[in-house]
Amino acid sequence: MNSVITHKPFMSDPAKPAAESISTPVVSAPASASAANAAQPAAKEEIAFDIQDLSIFYGSHQAIKNVTIQIPSGSVTAIIGPSGCGKSTALRALNRMHELTPGARHTGKILMKGQDLYGPGVDATVVRRRVGMVFQKSNPFPTLSIAENVLVGLRLNGVRDKAFLNKRLEESLRMAALWDEVKDFLNRPGTGLSGGQQQRLCIARALAVRPEILLMDEPCSALDPIATAKVEELIHALKAQYTVVIVTHNMQQAARVSEKTAFFYMGKLIEYGPTEQIFMNPKDPQTEAYVSGRFG
Amino acid sequence: MKRYFHHELEDLRKHLILMGERSIDAVRLSMQALLADDVSMAGQVIALDDEIDRLEVLIDAECVRYITLRQPVAHDVRLMTVAMKANHELERAGDEATSIAKRARRLAEFGKVDDFYNIPRMGELALEQLRDAMDAFIAEDVEKALLVPRRDKEVDDLNRENYVKFTDKISAHSESSHATIELIFISKSLERIADHATNIAEEVVYLLKGEDVRHTQEVRRTAM
Repeated sequence: MNSVITHKPFMSDPAKPAAESISTPVVSAPASASAANAAQPAAKEEIAFDIQDLSIFYGSHQAIKNVTIQIPSGSVTAIIGPSGCGKSTALRALNRMHELTPGARHTGKILMKGQDLYGPGVDATVVRRRVGMVFQKSNPFPTLSIAENVLVGLRLNGVRDKAFLNKRLEESLRMAALWDEVKDFLNRPGTGLSGGQQQRLCIARALAVRPEILLMDEPCSALDPIATAKVEELIHALKAQYTVVIVTHNMQQAARVSEKTAFFYMGKLIEYGPTEQIFMNPKDPQTEAYVSGRFG
Repeated sequence: MKRYFHHELEDLRKHLILMGERSIDAVRLSMQALLADDVSMAGQVIALDDEIDRLEVLIDAECVRYITLRQPVAHDVRLMTVAMKANHELERAGDEATSIAKRARRLAEFGKVDDFYNIPRMGELALEQLRDAMDAFIAEDVEKALLVPRRDKEVDDLNRENYVKFTDKISAHSESSHATIELIFISKSLERIADHATNIAEEVVYLLKGEDVRHTQEVRRTAM
């Protein structure tokens, strides 16, 4: 897939020194040996994120406690856990969105394909381009049309070639399984779509800048069952080309869509493994209690 | 809307149908081994039984996995329970066929059997019952499924007649008692195979109608 973006440092502020770009190395750092629950991937599995002894603080409150986990590429990894367990915080750390919260800080490392996301000189904006995000509540820009919503990321980065933009628009809407539903009125407001369509529009918007990884924070919690099914089908189709990390409080959804599942509780990673094993034969009694609905 | 995991249901159906075919083959070959005095068939029956056992384990694993990861309801969850029960019935039918084949091998050592009494007819009926139960599943035919338990009485009656005749024979001809005892067990195995077919047919009715017809007037069988 062509990517105009990777050849230009235009995501950096021209007034600032050129940011260290995040290249795409193939070797990932080994996982920390201290975390008993860190899953060791199969020898040939490529790693998208190598999280090493990560702790995240908001002021004095420690939201994530010494988490070590490796998230494989080209698959769907689900993060589950009760409200307040830190799953959204963990997700947002993967594209440095948690930094937008005042007082946020972290210890430990997050390597994306071998490179430190928080290394000196790394531009967070570049990170967020390579690691896209879809939020719980769909948020198409209210003043923009469907087409403009999809293309806003590219336009902000100076892409002007009309033919390229039109092609990218159609590709992104097709990838989001939305093209057929909106192709005849791309100039209508994005907010005029149904809830499920808006969420798919936001996915198309995220995909338009060709991220390598897609983070999804409870993307279906505001959707009806049919819209949810459509988004899940989309997730299934996307994993052929993207790494997806999804936070969900819907355990059944985690079981349906993911290859691996991580269970968090009170900021700690309790258990991480193949989804089949987490739901059929969890090793930790807390995991068993949570997935079988006995928690609380 | 067909979901991306619905092919797993189709795979499960295929495996169950395959298991049915193997069980039917096992019964047919075991009867051949017995009636045609062809004990070489016994080895084939034993090999089929191994395959049937593997399919039982596979189908159970597929069902548990689907129930856990896909949360089926309605027809789909009935398919899961029916598949797990039917595959057990088919596995037991395969075991009975293996038992018949092994007894056929032992019988051959005693010389030619002079009279099988109702055994050949029971073999035909047991095969017919198994085929009809599986056909009802494949064709989703409730009426065909309901006929199977209603015919089970005939097999039961034939088995009872055999028991009387064979026990009389033991009294009259004790020198052939070992061979006659094998025939009693074979008759019982065929009666059990027909029972397994009946159980499968009742599960098919449950799958298609959501009604549990076991032990009801609709399928009443004669008590022993």
